Amino acid sequence: MKDIKCVIWDLDNTIWEGTLLEDKTVTLRDGIREVLEELDNRGILHSVASKNNYEEAVGKLEELGIAHYFLFPQVSWNAKSHAVSTIQEQLNLGADTFLFIDDQPFEREEVKNVHPKISCIDAAEFRLLLTDKRLQPKFITTDSRRRRFMYLEAAERNRQEEAFRGPKEQFLAQLNMELLISPATEEDLERAEELTLRTNQYNATGTIYSYEELNYFRISPDHDLLVCELTDKFGSYGKIGLALVEKQSSYWHLRMILISCRVISHGIGTVLLNYILNQAFQTGKKVRADFQQTDRNRMMYLTFKFAGFTVLTNEAGLILFENEAAQLLKLPGYIKITDHQLISKWK
Amino acid sequence: MEVRENIRAFIGQHLIVFNDDVSFTDEDNIFELGFVNSLFAMKLLNYVEHTFDIVLENEDIDINNFSSVNNIERLIAGKLSSTAGNE
Repeated sequence: MKDIKCVIWDLDNTIWEGTLLEDKTVTLRDGIREVLEELDNRGILHSVASKNNYEEAVGKLEELGIAHYFLFPQVSWNAKSHAVSTIQEQLNLGADTFLFIDDQPFEREEVKNVHPKISCIDAAEFRLLLTDKRLQPKFITTDSRRRRFMYLEAAERNRQEEAFRGPKEQFLAQLNMELLISPATEEDLERAEELTLRTNQYNATGTIYSYEELNYFRISPDHDLLVCELTDKFGSYGKIGLALVEKQSSYWHLRMILISCRVISHGIGTVLLNYILNQAFQTGKKVRADFQQTDRNRMMYLTFKFAGFTVLTNEAGLILFENEAAQLLKLPGYIKITDHQLISKWK
Repeated sequence: MEVRENIRAFIGQHLIVFNDDVSFTDEDNIFELGFVNSLFAMKLLNYVEHTFDIVLENEDIDINNFSSVNNIERLIAGKLSSTAGNE
């Protein structure tokens, strides 16, 4: 069972008692505020799919003091399956990580029909959300607690990007992005495990590593476990990337590389991969990489191929790539890479 | 010719180039011209598949097939003729 990353709420007779169109004085359902707050603390996102007038419904959420919990609320008279599609696109998360909650069986059917992978539950059971295993992340990290804010910062970036006149590289340059690549510390491991669990699109193997396994690699002299943090003028995106390098005498074996879906659009995945390749090439090493093909990580396959990797072996989608170190790869000027700690470790 | 113009416009719009005001010919290697990141690569792949209604297999995904406007056009033409041959 996949962990739930976002709960999409109906409003009438779900968040509040009654129907807003008929009764402007609807009140919050008893216990809803606590559920919203608790899930928010766990790093689970909330959104809204409601058939109402937008201004009125959002105004009511503000009046009730809960509007800030909801990202990209969809309030209109369109089908709820459409609202769900919009939210999914905005958040860039897999369908199987959403949960839709509504008091109307018709609405749940309609959503389920279009999005078979989404879990749907009856509003009457909203309290069960607190004990549902899929809404109980193993760790609650600094990154998960800040998740809602990071999505809000990202929305602000997107808004500015759309309003920006001029070439895309100029926009990226004025963001002042900095990628900090460092050896993982013990404090990074919970977030590292969480990343292996949550990342699907830009993830070479999809292997989930436990805290203990990651700690083993962190200490092992034959491995480098790398953690990346991205910052820009809006703030920190948090720890958004992870890579595991196994050092052999004649080549580096990239056992894992993954990047959070929140930062793919800035080319961070390619920056990290090219950076690692260049480090290996500069010490005269080839690079091999593990890759497990899934229906969601085609982007990763493409990235390896375009970085000059060739397929050494392919057993039913389990691929071993190799890169012969033909030439150093280019890195874009709009991101500053900081790697002091690694350099002292590698030199 | 129309296909080429179409591909050229797509690249001009989406590629993050290393220098401003860059111009490129149909022969130029776009991987040297700009920063081909994963998202650009994915957009290019989706663009080719959707615009020309073809499906690219793993073996088609080769840097040489995508390195210039001419090579992309050649890839598309090859896929289109092999599909037509099957019918």
